[in-house]
Amino acid sequence: MKSTSQNTTAASLSQPAARTLDVEELSVRYGASLAVDGVSLAIEPGEVVALLGPSGCGKTTLLRVIAGFVRQASGRVRVDGTPIDHLPANRRNIGIVFQNYALFPHMTVAENVAYGLRARGVASAEIQSRIGRFLDIVQLGAFRERLPRQLSGGQQQRVALARALAVEPSILLLDEPFAALDRNLRLDMQIEVKRLQRTLGLTTILVTHDQDEAMSVADRIAVMNKGKVEQFDTPVAIYDRPQTLFVNGFIGTTNLLNGKVAAIDGGSTKVKLDAGATVTLLTRPDIRPGSSVLLSVRPEQLTLSSTPSPSAWRVEPGLSLPLGAQLVHEARTIDGANLKIVEPRRAAPVESGRIYCTLASDAHPSLFPHSTS
Amino acid sequence: MTKAAEWQLALPLALCFVSLFLAPLLLLIGVSFFDDDKITQPGFGQWVKFFGDPFSYKVIVDTLLLGVKTVCATVLLGYPLALVYLDAPPRLQKVLIFIIVMPLLLSVVVRTFAWIVMLGRDGVINQLLLSLGIISEPLRLLQTELGLVISLTQIEMPLMLLPLISVMSRLDPNLRDASAALGASRWRTLFTVIVPLSMPGLVAGCLLVFASSTTAFISQTVIGGVRLIYLPLLIWQQSLVVFNWPFAAVASIALLVSVLTVVSALSWLGRRSSGHLQG
Repeated sequence: MKSTSQNTTAASLSQPAARTLDVEELSVRYGASLAVDGVSLAIEPGEVVALLGPSGCGKTTLLRVIAGFVRQASGRVRVDGTPIDHLPANRRNIGIVFQNYALFPHMTVAENVAYGLRARGVASAEIQSRIGRFLDIVQLGAFRERLPRQLSGGQQQRVALARALAVEPSILLLDEPFAALDRNLRLDMQIEVKRLQRTLGLTTILVTHDQDEAMSVADRIAVMNKGKVEQFDTPVAIYDRPQTLFVNGFIGTTNLLNGKVAAIDGGSTKVKLDAGATVTLLTRPDIRPGSSVLLSVRPEQLTLSSTPSPSAWRVEPGLSLPLGAQLVHEARTIDGANLKIVEPRRAAPVESGRIYCTLASDAHPSLFPHSTS
Repeated sequence: MTKAAEWQLALPLALCFVSLFLAPLLLLIGVSFFDDDKITQPGFGQWVKFFGDPFSYKVIVDTLLLGVKTVCATVLLGYPLALVYLDAPPRLQKVLIFIIVMPLLLSVVVRTFAWIVMLGRDGVINQLLLSLGIISEPLRLLQTELGLVISLTQIEMPLMLLPLISVMSRLDPNLRDASAALGASRWRTLFTVIVPLSMPGLVAGCLLVFASSTTAFISQTVIGGVRLIYLPLLIWQQSLVVFNWPFAAVASIALLVSVLTVVSALSWLGRRSSGHLQG
């Protein structure tokens, strides 16, 4: 009997099966410029995808096309394989939470949650039960009769979430939903949204310019720049194996070293760094022997030592800052590049004298062709 | 600056207000309590005469109805125009706001005489309707209430549109998108979100148009003529034609009180409907 009651709880929360969302070759034109330029994304059922990029990269425009607020110049949006481009926003059944929440200020919390249900002509008994259920889910059951302005930012956001979820949308869109919250609350809400999304199994798109937020909430991240998707991959893959210099620079902190390809031997490429060392890396198809390259290394993938080696290069140490359990070192190479190196705090720091920098044993630096642009 | 010095800044305005508004108003009330037009014998005679005459009530009701009709027409035409303005691209908005404000930049007399050209027996409207074959005889528009309401609607339109547009353009544009995403049609969004939230502007516009159209002496007289009698014309006739100042004073007070009653009722309703919007 116990399992039955659990099933009913689960069933009362369960939604129609999660949908796929496909964006195909989508372009949006604003005047002469392309705000979104040939974007394609295939999003799995129940997946959380973050659209990450600097402001003006087209991420919000893409979201507004999916919601039906903006018409694309070309391309297609499909939900579960069915094109939705011809549908107006109010027929798409796509839930959206705005950065400023956009709660109706003249309606109570309960009326806000009921709004979409009334618009759909849901019976009033069912409306009442859904108001109760969704306000309980976001833990605001006691605030039914409050007006939005009587709530804190976090509470308003939960109302916005309950309002969007109450109509049982096929897709959930979140437009910078955490940007207006303070740091602690933001983390709480990120966890709560993730939990809700898991429970309901909703395919979700999150627009953000905050890489930490994208990393912690999303299953996959689409990094956007100038209207294009630069890379669409898991957070770990984007951090460890950035495909373009833009992604490399946008995500996390990185060190860039100039060098030349000395030799390519099957799977391994030898790069002679301008800083004065030769390092061996995995081969990339678009890089030829003799070409100038940029080597990108994360600060935690570099180590300092006092022993010279062919794969270590001389650095002039600068400041060292303790950052919790880690030390952040600044160092300068002989060709004038500034490096950041993060190491665990050790009992015995590197002795003074000649200091060498080298790749950590598990380092997987990224190699990019050195473009003049 | 101390508190005492701060309130002294309001003194010039206060003095103007007392000497140019309050004192004449008290004088007006005083004059109304004289029986004869030479203002020598105190008494309630003029009050009895004014309120004893059914004609006075008809004039009061006609005046208030004129205001109501003008308000209705400005709302029905102005609200959609405000919606068009909101949806227009910024460059078009500049053109629209110029067109909307333009009537305010022209003298009332000029605007009113322009309407005579429009509404006359051989005027623009009649010629257009005749040439289109919609009517076979010229319509009588001058010296009718219809013609007066038409011209007042145009003349008072800026007073409706300016507060309305100012309130509506402060509405969060995401509210419309949020409503659409929740499945609401455009009409539902209009009546459940936009209209309630633009209520403060709508009420302010109604107040201004009502107060202005019920007291629009020039338009009422030039377009309405002497056959359509409203309180301002009655006051003018009594004070400057018949020289019965006490009777004109009573009529003035009747105009003041009846317009104020409607205006304060409207603004009370407005405050009630918009009380939950501020915050």
